[in-house]
Amino acid sequence: MAAHLSYGKVNLNILREAARKDLREFLDKCAGSKAIVWDEYLTGPFGLIAQYSLLKEHEVEKMFTLKSGKLPNADVKNIIFFVRPRLELMDIIAKNVQSEDRLHSSRDFHILFVPRRSMLCEQRLKDQGVLGSFINMDEYILDLIPYDGDLLSMEYESAFRECYLENDQTSLYHTAKGLMTLQALYGTIPQIYGKGDCARHVANMMLRMKREFAGIQNQILPVFDTLLLLDRNVDLLTPLATQLTYEGLIDEIYGINNGYVKLPPEKFAQMKQGEASKDPPTEPKKLQLNSAEELYAEIRDKNFNAVGAALSKKAKIISAAFEERHNAKTVGEIKQFVSQLPHMQAARSSLANHTSIAELVKDITTSEAFFDSLTVEQEFMTGVDTDKVNTYIEDCIAQKDPLIKILRLVCMQSVCNNGLKQKVLDYYKREILQTYGYEHILTLHNLEKVGLLKPQTSSRNNYPTIRKTLKLWMEDANEQNPNDISYVYSGYAPLSIRLTQVLARPGWRSIEEVLKMLPGPHFEERQQLPSGLHKKRQQGENRTTLVFFLGGVTYAEISALRFLSQMEDSGMEYIIATTKLINGTTWIKTLMEGISWSPK
Amino acid sequence: MAFVTASWNPLGEAFYRKVELYEMCWSIRDGLRDSLVAAAPYGGPIALLREPLRRSPSSRPQLEIYSASGAAIASFPWKSGPVVQLGWSISDELLCVQEDGSVLIYDLFGSFKRHFSMGQEVVQSQVLEAKVFHSPYGTGIAIVTGSSRFTLATNIEDLKLRRLPEVPGLQGRPASWVVLTQDRQTKVLLSIGPELYILDNTSCTAVCPPGLSPHAGSIVHMSVSFSYKYLSLFTDSGHLWAGLSNLQDKLLEFDTKTTERPKQMLWCRRPKSQQPSVVLMWDRLLLVVGECNDTIQFPVEDPSVLVGEMDGVRIINSTNQELLQEVPLVCQDIFKIASMAPGALLLEAHREYEKSSQKADEYLREIKEQNVLEEAVRQCVEAAAHEYDPATQKSLMRAASFGKCFLTDFCSDPFVSTCRELRVLNAVRESGVGMPLTHTQFKQMTLQVLIDRLLFRQFYPLAIEICRYLKIPDYQGVSRVLKHWASCKVQQKDLSDEAIARAVCVKVGESPGVSYSHIAAKAYECGRTELAIKLLDFEPRSGEQVPLLLKMKRSHLALSKAVESGDTDLVYMVVTHLKNEMNRGDFFMTLRNQPVALSLYRQFCKLQEQETLKDLYNQDDNHQELANYYVTASYREKKLESSLSLLQNAVDEYNKAKNDFAAKATEEEMRLLRFQRKLDDEKGAGLLGLSLQVTMETLLSLGLHKQAEQLYRDFKVPDKRYWWLKLKSLAEKEEWEELEKFSKSKKSPIGYLAFVEVCMKYNNRNEAKKYICKVTPEQKVKAHLAVGDLESAADAAIEHKSESEIAAVLSRCSASDRLLVDRLNRASGAKK
Repeated sequence: MAAHLSYGKVNLNILREAARKDLREFLDKCAGSKAIVWDEYLTGPFGLIAQYSLLKEHEVEKMFTLKSGKLPNADVKNIIFFVRPRLELMDIIAKNVQSEDRLHSSRDFHILFVPRRSMLCEQRLKDQGVLGSFINMDEYILDLIPYDGDLLSMEYESAFRECYLENDQTSLYHTAKGLMTLQALYGTIPQIYGKGDCARHVANMMLRMKREFAGIQNQILPVFDTLLLLDRNVDLLTPLATQLTYEGLIDEIYGINNGYVKLPPEKFAQMKQGEASKDPPTEPKKLQLNSAEELYAEIRDKNFNAVGAALSKKAKIISAAFEERHNAKTVGEIKQFVSQLPHMQAARSSLANHTSIAELVKDITTSEAFFDSLTVEQEFMTGVDTDKVNTYIEDCIAQKDPLIKILRLVCMQSVCNNGLKQKVLDYYKREILQTYGYEHILTLHNLEKVGLLKPQTSSRNNYPTIRKTLKLWMEDANEQNPNDISYVYSGYAPLSIRLTQVLARPGWRSIEEVLKMLPGPHFEERQQLPSGLHKKRQQGENRTTLVFFLGGVTYAEISALRFLSQMEDSGMEYIIATTKLINGTTWIKTLMEGISWSPK
Repeated sequence: MAFVTASWNPLGEAFYRKVELYEMCWSIRDGLRDSLVAAAPYGGPIALLREPLRRSPSSRPQLEIYSASGAAIASFPWKSGPVVQLGWSISDELLCVQEDGSVLIYDLFGSFKRHFSMGQEVVQSQVLEAKVFHSPYGTGIAIVTGSSRFTLATNIEDLKLRRLPEVPGLQGRPASWVVLTQDRQTKVLLSIGPELYILDNTSCTAVCPPGLSPHAGSIVHMSVSFSYKYLSLFTDSGHLWAGLSNLQDKLLEFDTKTTERPKQMLWCRRPKSQQPSVVLMWDRLLLVVGECNDTIQFPVEDPSVLVGEMDGVRIINSTNQELLQEVPLVCQDIFKIASMAPGALLLEAHREYEKSSQKADEYLREIKEQNVLEEAVRQCVEAAAHEYDPATQKSLMRAASFGKCFLTDFCSDPFVSTCRELRVLNAVRESGVGMPLTHTQFKQMTLQVLIDRLLFRQFYPLAIEICRYLKIPDYQGVSRVLKHWASCKVQQKDLSDEAIARAVCVKVGESPGVSYSHIAAKAYECGRTELAIKLLDFEPRSGEQVPLLLKMKRSHLALSKAVESGDTDLVYMVVTHLKNEMNRGDFFMTLRNQPVALSLYRQFCKLQEQETLKDLYNQDDNHQELANYYVTASYREKKLESSLSLLQNAVDEYNKAKNDFAAKATEEEMRLLRFQRKLDDEKGAGLLGLSLQVTMETLLSLGLHKQAEQLYRDFKVPDKRYWWLKLKSLAEKEEWEELEKFSKSKKSPIGYLAFVEVCMKYNNRNEAKKYICKVTPEQKVKAHLAVGDLESAADAAIEHKSESEIAAVLSRCSASDRLLVDRLNRASGAKK
């Protein structure tokens, strides 16, 4: 089911299995047939842990979406609510329960809070007079969800907004808890580095929690050597830039959600020959994207310009493999060929899928609009004319291009210029309000609050210093056979990954000056290991670092880390963890204030 | 050594032995006569109440508590009502069942802990007899009242009284009764004359023990074994019957030839017993009756008390204490005279070896020839565990150690663990500690419970020593001891808060798993709030501190601890608590000092209490947020006037926040709204709520050019944007003449390429071409390409000598444009 989780250096399937075990145990607590009422937000993340078949094995017969009013009829013994601990959801549950009791009194109610119980919510249920109706009230601690062989995500979309805009550190508490769970399964992580206020806060909580559990000494040989905690606001630039890796572009254009992407069906229509004559499919094509698919694992991290070549090479290999059948003479050879057939057919359909996707992506990337916008991005990143109003942005506003595109570019300019001149900033803001509507004044305020937009305060713009010291711009990025992480943005090396890279070698001491320019403290902590658990490293054995992005990470950044893991002389393997996988669009979206005009 | 068998008595095939455990440390004047005695199993404490039924207030009976070795632990005059029965709970608490049905619970040190009643009706009818019993559910109590009714409580920790049904024909108390636990049910077995009845929750059923002769007489005494599996009955004709307690089978029947009722009757068994027996005690005689109908008789010189154990019977009298038990099989094998068991040979071999005699080799050879050396070692180790005398233990362990030298694949775990366990057992058996546990009992009760028992007796240093010696993880070992110690320490009234806090901190330090909040809660229970707060400071888990702090009404402290924990749910909880507890002003002030809590509360208000949110911002003079609040609110309003007045509020607040931009933008929005409303009213344009840009767009498409123009001027729309807007709008409506006029109105701020492209968008190449000449040289190529004029594009590109432009043109060329391609390539080549 999830074999791809166990291929990496760290077997993340252990984590998934632990999560599945907890789920089974809870389901078994509610004896008899069950119906699950889902908080819709949770279905995606749960899909990464357990399919419907597991639920079915434990007598889950029906599933509903949580909504106000009466619960749908279902002839089951138990009704289980799977919900996040949110007050508005409690009110809905209370209504559900109240309207239920009068009709059937025989159904038992249970609540499973994900990822944690909340006294506030229980109090709410009590105030609504339904607390007593619940037989079981439990928490399902699902903090870090194994997303791929080297990737963990909390799928906590609002983390950045909560931390930096609302000063609500709930997500950080869950992060720390999640890291404790991880350490319980994979051993204490001896070294912790971090940069940023949130990173500091998480590290503090971890150390405190460690003291709390001090008695239960973890006797597992540490799998991770280092943990690096990075605040997203240390590197606000990277997510704003358009990702240029295959996976990154799929995400930018179509959006990858909980590991799935929905694509326009036209390109996939001809694949099923039998159905070719029928009407073109109207349902979007849903594909799961992860390293379980061999071809995808191979090309996902490549710069998109190198994908075409990789696909055609693969096509040759596959057709060569099919040609083999002519060479098969003996029964044994034929038998062997036939035994490989399913694998080859899977490879062929995978190739067909990705060729279609690549064509879809290419239609976009070869468009003029894409090129122009990329040019402006690169100008900003290289520091060209960042201090005046950009005509391209002006034109885009005049053309009423999507607001998020405008915001991405303006924010990028602001970040690359360490703030905009008040006049320039006001001009942009006014343009946006006049064109897209006054209500966006709140969104702009939010962007200013998190530092994505700001007026220039000091006259000194330190972005160029940072760019030069960390070599954020590489003129001669090699897209086909990369020798540096900058290939993921065709020239721009993500700041967050440079920090990671420098930490591994030669160490942060070499860039003290730059670190001081970036927001928040940087720090190092050590966690004592019980004697006997100190790793004796074989010569040439790689160290393993867990890089945790607080507030989100992009696919391109992940690709860059994978590239570093694969570099022969890096001596470091990276496992990535994050609150949520983001791109500029999804990220900015979480910061927008959704208000609209009520009809008058 | 040689006399190990001296104390053995044969019983059938097996042997019974009496091992002296202690010379009792106590000095009790009248022995155990006229006293109510309760001795707990597993070498537990002994309670003694002299003359329990004496009712004169002038001379109160004395309640005394001793360790099993007779060391005094507590003694105090009994001031409460007459006591019917004493008993010990599984957690070493003393239960005193009074005549009126109330049960008083004391700890080992005689301090009162709590009490409960066995039911109201008992006050009237009085308790005639009571029994304290242990079952998997805990410690239970059963009573029979003056109205011949039984009441049961199976677990005193979770008190549920069960009044059993009436027993037909019973007057007063039954001749004898016992409590049975069978099939997870607790029942009473009782006798009325020769009849036997089982009383459970619902009914009273007559039963008949198989094989008991109908002429045996009335049953006057009965007893069940430690495990509740076996039952023995004694009749007034001196008849003894023993069998399974489910009455399915008889084990023995014996005529004692004594009609006198024995004072006590108990089972004496052990795991894997060869020859279980029933022990009966009269004033002068102790009789052991084996299954084989064989007997052993011991004289009784001093009034004694028998205590049933899982592997024997302890006999306590005023001067000493003995353990009567069946000799374990392995010990019989080794020590039986002339035994040839492997263990016996090994023991002999080692004895010779110590004498430096070559016979050692002979014995060893014999064992090895039979290939039983491993068995021999195992026997010695096992037998050592069962021996009470350290010297015997030693010689057996030495023999085992000697034997294992000749083994290659020897697993030393049992050897090592037995050594360790014996050392621990010997330590707790010491008279000063007084816990005469056998190895079998120890294994049954587990080390955890042993440590608990030591803690109840406050043997802290010994407990710590044992934990360390046995390398128990701190969490279950040393830390648990320290926790108990500290909870006890905080109750010492003679020490100052400061001194206790310091002492606790020094000892406990950062011991893992010790919960300071638990200790603090204890201190608070004893009314020492200040001490509790001092102790809470040491607690690393903020989550644990908070509930107690709230309970002690230290709300501010609770809030800061909750914030410290990072657990936002906890913060919310405290905030909700404070909100209900304080008046609004104080509440806001408190939050103000805790930014984290404040922002959480704001989030809460945003979702739940919009009005409060406003108050919060007001109190903080947070004009910016207040303004944002008004903006949000204005969008919810249904009436334009109310929206406008809220927006006016926003303007005021933005001004106070010195946010000129926002204030101005808001004023403009208000102006726009008014304008839109006016036009909507006049022309039904449907503009209200649209952005300025869309408003102008709509106006243009409606042909309201003048109004659009007015907005453009009034709102200082940048020329560029307005030109784009107008250009697109005119092209969309295909007003080409109008467009041309517009293009000539002044120099285009957006250049003329835009005109070309927009025209092409509406497929009007002719119109597009009109503007090409005005396009700046840099954009010429693009413009030509836009209208599909490759030739001109090529000309322009070659003229500019621009590689990228040439490439751009080339990319648009098809195979049919060969000449052009050649020309471009040449130009590009020439440049190189």
